[in-house]
Formats: sequence, C-alpha cells, structure tokens
Amino acid sequence: MKVFKLIFKNALRHKLRTFLTILGIMIAVIAFGVLRTVVTIWDSSVDAASANRLITRQSVSFIFPLPYAYKEKIKSVPGVQDVSFANWFGGVYKDKNNFFARLAVDAETIFDVMPEFLITPEELEAFKKERNSCVIGADIAKQYNIKLGDVMTLEGDIYPGRWDFIVRGIYRPQNKNTDDTQMLFHWQYVDERMKIESPARTGLVGWYIVEIKDPNKSAAISNQIDALFKNSSAETKTETEKAFTQGFVAASSAIITAMNLMSFVIIGIIMLVLANTMVMAARERTREYAVFKTLGFSTFHLTGLILGESLLISILGGGIGIALTYPIVAGFEQAMPKGFFPFFYIEPITTIMALSAAILIGIIAAVFPIHRTLKTKIVEGFRFVG
Amino acid sequence: MSELIQVQNVSKSYWRDSFEIPVLNNLSLSVKQGEFMALMGPSGSGKTTLLNLIAGIDKPSSGKVFVSGTEISNLGESSLAKWRANNIGFIFQFYNLIPVLTAFENVELPLLLTKLSKEERKKHVENVLNIVGLGNHMQHYPKQLSGGQEQRVAIARAVVTDPVLLVADEPTGDLDRNSATEILTLLERLNKEFNKTIVMVTHDPHAAERASVVRHLEKGDLVGA
Repeated sequence: MKVFKLIFKNALRHKLRTFLTILGIMIAVIAFGVLRTVVTIWDSSVDAASANRLITRQSVSFIFPLPYAYKEKIKSVPGVQDVSFANWFGGVYKDKNNFFARLAVDAETIFDVMPEFLITPEELEAFKKERNSCVIGADIAKQYNIKLGDVMTLEGDIYPGRWDFIVRGIYRPQNKNTDDTQMLFHWQYVDERMKIESPARTGLVGWYIVEIKDPNKSAAISNQIDALFKNSSAETKTETEKAFTQGFVAASSAIITAMNLMSFVIIGIIMLVLANTMVMAARERTREYAVFKTLGFSTFHLTGLILGESLLISILGGGIGIALTYPIVAGFEQAMPKGFFPFFYIEPITTIMALSAAILIGIIAAVFPIHRTLKTKIVEGFRFVG
Repeated sequence: MSELIQVQNVSKSYWRDSFEIPVLNNLSLSVKQGEFMALMGPSGSGKTTLLNLIAGIDKPSSGKVFVSGTEISNLGESSLAKWRANNIGFIFQFYNLIPVLTAFENVELPLLLTKLSKEERKKHVENVLNIVGLGNHMQHYPKQLSGGQEQRVAIARAVVTDPVLLVADEPTGDLDRNSATEILTLLERLNKEFNKTIVMVTHDPHAAERASVVRHLEKGDLVGA
C-alpha cells in the first residue's frame, strides 16, 4: 500500500463532499480563466502596439477629424519616417451584429506603416490600382467565407448610402496579437464620393499614423508635430500608439478592474470552500491522526497526508477546470458578436495562473488543518468526540 | 527475569482551566520482561494515564519512565515517535482501525515506516493475520468485520513490527463475552508463545484473571502491592 493510495482513499471518503468541492474549484477556475482571458485580450491590444509608431489625432477628441493637408507637414518633421492615415467608416455588413473595424485608409502607405499586416505584393498592387477595392483580414475572410474578387457591400451610417468594395487582398497577421479582423479600403474613394454627396465633409481624416525612425525620440517628435498645429482650428495631440490604445482601453478600465478583482475574489471564495472541506475532514479524523502518531508516523507524514489530500482535490478541480476552459472560451467567442474581440484565445499565462492558483489554494487550505492536527496531543486526540 | 519497564516516582497532573487535577501521585512500578500485567482500578484512578506514560504517548509531570533501559520520559516528540514505532504495539478499546483501509492495509501501516520491501511487508502481514486467525479476511474492510475480528486486526497491527512491549487499553471493553474470551486467549498466547510483555488496563476481573500479575490503582496510587 502506498501513501498516495491512502491520500486518494481519504479524499474519496465523503464522495459527495469531495465531488462538490472539486466541482466548485472547477467552476471557479473556469470563471477565473474566462475573466482573465477577457482581461488579457483587452490588454494585449495595448501590448501589440508598435513602439515606433505615433498617432496624431484631434486634441479635443478622437471623434473630431483632422485636415488631410496635415500629412505633408507631419512628414516634414525630422525623425519621421513615413506617414499614413485612417478614418473610421462604420457602416453595417449584412447584419449589425457583424462587428469588425471598417477603415478608410491611405492605400499607398498603410501597409508600409503597418508591416504586421502581411499581404502579397500582387494583392497589394491590385488593391492600390483599384479605387473601389478593399483588403480584409484573414479572419474576416474565414468568418464570412469571402474570397478574392468577391464584392462586400456596406450599408453606410456615418457615410450614408450603399458602398460596394471588391476584395483584392487578404492580409495575414504577423503574430497572434495582430488584429486580422479589419477591412481597409481607399480613403480617396470615400472622399471623392463625399465631394458629391456632402462637400463639407471632404478632405478630412480620422487620425494619422506616424512611423518614426527612433522610438526613443517619440516624445520630442510628438511635441514637434503638435507645435506645428498650435493655435490652428484643429490642434493635434500626438502620442505613442501604445498610449493611444491605452486611451481606448481606459474607457473600459472600470469594467476591466472589476473583472480583474472578480477573478481573484472567486479564487478567494473557493479557497475558503476547500479550507472548510479540509478542516471538516481533519476534524473528523482527529482520532485516526492520533492513531497514526501513536504508530510512529511523524509530523512529516501527517503533513504529507493532509497536504496531499488538499492538493489532490484542488489540482483535480483545477485541472478539469482548465481543460474545460478551452471549449468554454471557444463557445464564448462564438456567442459574442463576430469581431467584437479581434482575437480571443487563452494566453499561456492564464493557464499558468489558473494552475498556480489551484495549487496555492490546495496549500493554503491545508495549513489550518495541518496546524491543528500537529498541535493536538495524542491523548487529546483519543479523547476527541467529533 | 529482568525488568523491562521501570516507572520511578512518577506524578502526573492535568490542567482544566486554572485547576490542577492530580492523576498519579509519586507512583513507582516495574514490569518484568515477559510479564503479563493487568492494571485494574475504578474510573479516574489513573490506569490509562499510567499506560500512556509507559507507552510514550504522554509525559509525566515529574519522575522517570524507563523501557528497555531507555528513559522515554525525556525524549523529544520526534525521537519518541520513532521509539514507539520500534518498541511498542498498541491495542485500543475501540480498535481504532482506519476505515478506508482493508485488514491487510491496516496491519501493513506500521511497516510503512520500516525499510522492508513490499514482498517482505506482505509476508509479515500475512503471517500475523494468520496468527490472529484472519487469514481469510485480509481484504475485508473494518465495517465488514465483527467487533472481535476488528480487535484481532488491531492486535495483528500491534504485533506486526515485533515490538518488545504490548500495551492494551480495555481490549475487551467493547466486546461480547465470547469475543472477549477469544481476544484474551490470543493475548495469553502472544505472552506465552511469543514471549511478549503485555501491560493491560481492564475493569473486567475475568480479563485480569488471564494476567500473570495484577496491580490495582486507586486515586493515583498503587494499592495492595
């Protein structure tokens, strides 16, 4: 008979109690995993930001546009490598639940400043040549079964009317943090149509994407760019892409903080549940532990028995929970509006954290029963009536 | 016969809140090698306390306890645990078997602390379970055994490491007459056939009759010595 067999038998002594505890740990780990996944995915958009890109936007708010004429002025600033721009188009593709970014961009430069969007030279050339063409991310192509040459029709809201775009390119993400759920088309195409339909809204872009040579000079270059447009009708605010993205995320920071907090509260609650189980188990076995001590079993053995049982339950619950988190996260992604998150996957750190939390729960939950068992004298143990 | 146990001027008190409750008063006792001693006395006379001191599961407030020449009253917890594993076999009134382990596994428990191989352990366990007449019940769990059978498993567990001393606290206290007789016969056999020194606490005069020496305790003192 091995000691592990005894640990296993002890854990299964109250099958229903052990099952419910494992179930509780499992659910907590799943909740922890899903919440952490949402939080890390949210944060990863910030992490994915390039260090050598600045974003220049309207100083009052991101929603106000900037003149197209700023492009050349920004390009003239020392240290600036290249400048591109984009404009939020909005619109609806087939169904309003089909959410993904639809951007009017500078077709000539956008793929120069966004090298993480991988596109073949042939497709890029075809895109540049055709004004009413578009490039879409591989994920969009997969989700909606779109092939090269297909026509994507958008129902405009910010830019009213029906907009048809021929798909001339499908870009692939450079890595898993790269957003491959964007639809990019010619800003010039949109602008020309606006000249006819709404002349007051022409010559305006949403934000500039500024590629710089030396990321260490980002602050100085940002200041120089903003100085160019000081006291103009459209003052600018230039910041690193990371800071710009953080600004977006910050808008949801209260929710993220709450989710972060919740994920750890769940772990805390389940720790108390397991601790309660272990305390009850140790209390019920007070006489048995006195027998073990009488037979010569040491502090080390008793600690091993209790800690082993606690870890067995917590790791079993944690392991099953982690295994189930993957299909649940996949299901969660399916249930959300398409493209709500550009990418949605469980980060290895989330799995590591969940497993670490399960192990930590097992250890902490065993501390009190171990302490109680070790300090109980043999004669007191035999007198104990549970 | 040489003396296996020497209890020298032992006193023991317990504390309940701020009240000191004396249990043993400057008591001295010796037990010879191969002796079967019964300790009798009314409840609260200190029989079990004395047994616990001899077995090294409790410590005297003052005085000394020697077993096989070792002063166990000044050993630390860890040394005492090792000493118990090597020298003492315990038999309890309520058997105190581990309910999730089979008879075989319960008897094997003390051997897990030795360096014996799995095969050697198996041989030892089967041997003692055959001696106590439970060779056919090795894979039974305690709840599948009668009280008498449970106590025989407990005796097998007590002797499996071949200890020099067996201590039994009311070993027949929870058994019917027939089972009690079987257990006492077994203890007698262990004493005579296997030369085990036994110290047994009992209320039962019939049980005491099986012992070679009977000592009486009253209010913490040996009487009629």
